Amino acid sequence: MVNWQYSESIESREILDIKSKYTNYIGGKFVEPNSKKYIDTISPSTEEVLSQIAISNQNDVNKAVKAAKSGFEIWSSLAPYERSKYLFKLARLIQERSREFAVLESLDGGKPIKESRDFDIPQVAANFFYFAGWADKIDLSWSTKGLKPHGVVGQIIPWNFPLLMLAWKVAPALATGNTVVLKPAETTSLTALLFAEICDQAGLPNGVVNIITGDGTTGSLIVNHQDINKIAFTGSTQVGKLIQKSLAGREVGLTLELGGKAANIVYEDAAIDQAVEGVVNGIFFNQGHVCCAGSRLLIQESVHDQFISKLEKRMQALRVGNPLDKNTDIGAINSKEQLNKITNLVDEGVADGGNIFQTECELPGNGFWFKPTLFTDVQPSYSIAREEIFGPVLTTLTFRTPDEAVEIANNTEYGLSAGVWTEKGSKILWTADRLEAGVVWANTFNKFDPASPFGGYKESGFGREGGRHGLLSYLKESS
Amino acid sequence: MQNNSTVKYSNNISWESVLELIYDSRVDSVGLKERVSSLATRSVKKDSKLQALKMIVSMCDLTTLEGEDTEGKISQMAAKAINPDPSDKEINSVAAVCVYPSLVQTAKEKVKNSSVKVAAVSSYFPSGQVPMDSKILDTQYAIDAGADEIDIVINRKAFLEGNYRKVFDEIVALKEVCKNVHLKTILEVGDLKTYENIRKASLISLAAGSDFIKTSTGKLSIGSSREACYVMLKAVLDYKSLTGISAGIKVAGGIRDSKDAIRYLVMINEEMGDEWLSPNLFRFGASSLLDDVLKQIKKLKTGAYQAGYYFPRG
Repeated sequence: MVNWQYSESIESREILDIKSKYTNYIGGKFVEPNSKKYIDTISPSTEEVLSQIAISNQNDVNKAVKAAKSGFEIWSSLAPYERSKYLFKLARLIQERSREFAVLESLDGGKPIKESRDFDIPQVAANFFYFAGWADKIDLSWSTKGLKPHGVVGQIIPWNFPLLMLAWKVAPALATGNTVVLKPAETTSLTALLFAEICDQAGLPNGVVNIITGDGTTGSLIVNHQDINKIAFTGSTQVGKLIQKSLAGREVGLTLELGGKAANIVYEDAAIDQAVEGVVNGIFFNQGHVCCAGSRLLIQESVHDQFISKLEKRMQALRVGNPLDKNTDIGAINSKEQLNKITNLVDEGVADGGNIFQTECELPGNGFWFKPTLFTDVQPSYSIAREEIFGPVLTTLTFRTPDEAVEIANNTEYGLSAGVWTEKGSKILWTADRLEAGVVWANTFNKFDPASPFGGYKESGFGREGGRHGLLSYLKESS
Repeated sequence: MQNNSTVKYSNNISWESVLELIYDSRVDSVGLKERVSSLATRSVKKDSKLQALKMIVSMCDLTTLEGEDTEGKISQMAAKAINPDPSDKEINSVAAVCVYPSLVQTAKEKVKNSSVKVAAVSSYFPSGQVPMDSKILDTQYAIDAGADEIDIVINRKAFLEGNYRKVFDEIVALKEVCKNVHLKTILEVGDLKTYENIRKASLISLAAGSDFIKTSTGKLSIGSSREACYVMLKAVLDYKSLTGISAGIKVAGGIRDSKDAIRYLVMINEEMGDEWLSPNLFRFGASSLLDDVLKQIKKLKTGAYQAGYYFPRG
């Protein structure tokens, strides 16, 4: 019998020029951190040290906020169409240098090149284009309110979609006349620092975008800084709650985009083969490091066995390996810490009595890897059915009727996203109406558009990013 | 037309089971296209590309189905089928030549002493718009002339009128004529239009005993598509999980270059697996595809594209 294996098809790294050390980008210049402290940033697929990034202290944060404050004087007094021009320029430069960004994102974060190339970077550019178009139309859109920018916005972003989360934060903030102090996650800072170079290339006025690196401590220094006017955070619910506590009693705007444990509901009258694809995409996209991942498969009992057998077969075809190989479907887990968290939760799932299926695949020796995993025979009380795993792990629950499906889907503190699979239109609407989730996808999953608002219910956060609603997160009514 | 009660069902599948099979023919076209286009981004290079190209050659049914076909034309094509690239000894023969029934005898004569099979289109290919007796005669003639494989068309008139039973019974009757001769059933996806129809027609054809299901006659402007092939391969897999029988797929009509053909193979590889990566279960019906594949093989081996005149006419 023939065995046809695809030859390696590795995207070249030669296009990249990674510096041995990165400093902060403040007031339009790369400046040494006052802390003098640096940490290694590694590639999670090989554990190779790629570079060093700064760990910023209070003085560094002070400096960045000060720069953003003076940047605000210039930026907010520019004619709106001028701001628009800068944003269009950033968008075009991102497109021009998209290959660099894609390779760096996959190298630093572990995601497959086909995703950084075909999803992340195109979406980044699309967000800048979209909000560039809004910049000079804001006054026309809420004519009675008299809206104005907050001022200096502190933005803290996660490691799962490093550059895309930057785009979601920076583009609307700038379009509405704010200036930003942005802190990328410490495991994935490199594309943000490359973006800083692009700000320079675009000739953005000094202090409009300030990027400082560091860990959670640096993040809390930004949150607690007295001259910050608004905080936008994407990350875990736990940290989101801490931020909200810190800001209590202060006149600081806040939007939070936090965790999720989305239900992906498959009814018996779904197009089963496409539902299998959608469920796979829903959980294994970006190694499951997706806040809106469809991590709970809710499947109608009548089609359970057929569906699971097709799903397992499909999962077996997933190609796990080198993120820079163009044929890789699943890359590396972002960090050792995250790998440990996933491993612990999966162990708990097995101990609770869940039935585990993992694909047969060879994992590379170095780096952080986890096999695509499916749990069946799971009860809603198990931790794998309740906690956000943030990894390539799908948990299956079953239901008998639409009412029961909705009840189980909403039986969580989260409410970021959900999926519904049925060929019956009325059932889609009936279900979507009852789901407590910021976005409900029907017969598809993980679809994004800069024009569509995104955000959570319940403990998945508040405020919206994207679309006209996303602009409102960066505007306040003038008093 | 035969009396329904006398129809013997191949594979011991009752009409009731067929009804049950086709009842669930739900296909979401958006999701389907997304999956197919995502598989098209696979990067097949170097050794894996050479291996794919060689497989494609061995899976080709070299075809000529024209009113102008003569014994001379068939001789040319048969020689090409046996030895597609005389300058490269590593290139094997193609799987089969595909001709009209009146030319089966000639074709058979020309490919003797080779591994190349002779396939005949019958049942009044391409329209199938004749009474059943004529279809049987047509098929019987091709078999008597020595055809190893028979490519029939489904009754699209009956199918589109909703008379699925008639479609099924006709295939069953033709399979009886074929006995051990390999039966490929052409769905003509360009006539069926919707993915649900393609799925239904696939399952009906499989249950009626077809050894292969085939996308198209090549006579319509809409020939094969990777999407149609995807729907068919899912039907083949579902049929296998029900009966244990592995049926084959032949794609034909509009597949002109290596890149497209490799994308079909990728789909077969990832959705169906090794078992189907064989001329026994997967075929390309093609006329112009073969030369492009040969050119690509030469390019991989020598680094240079060669002009068409280096490759003998088929």
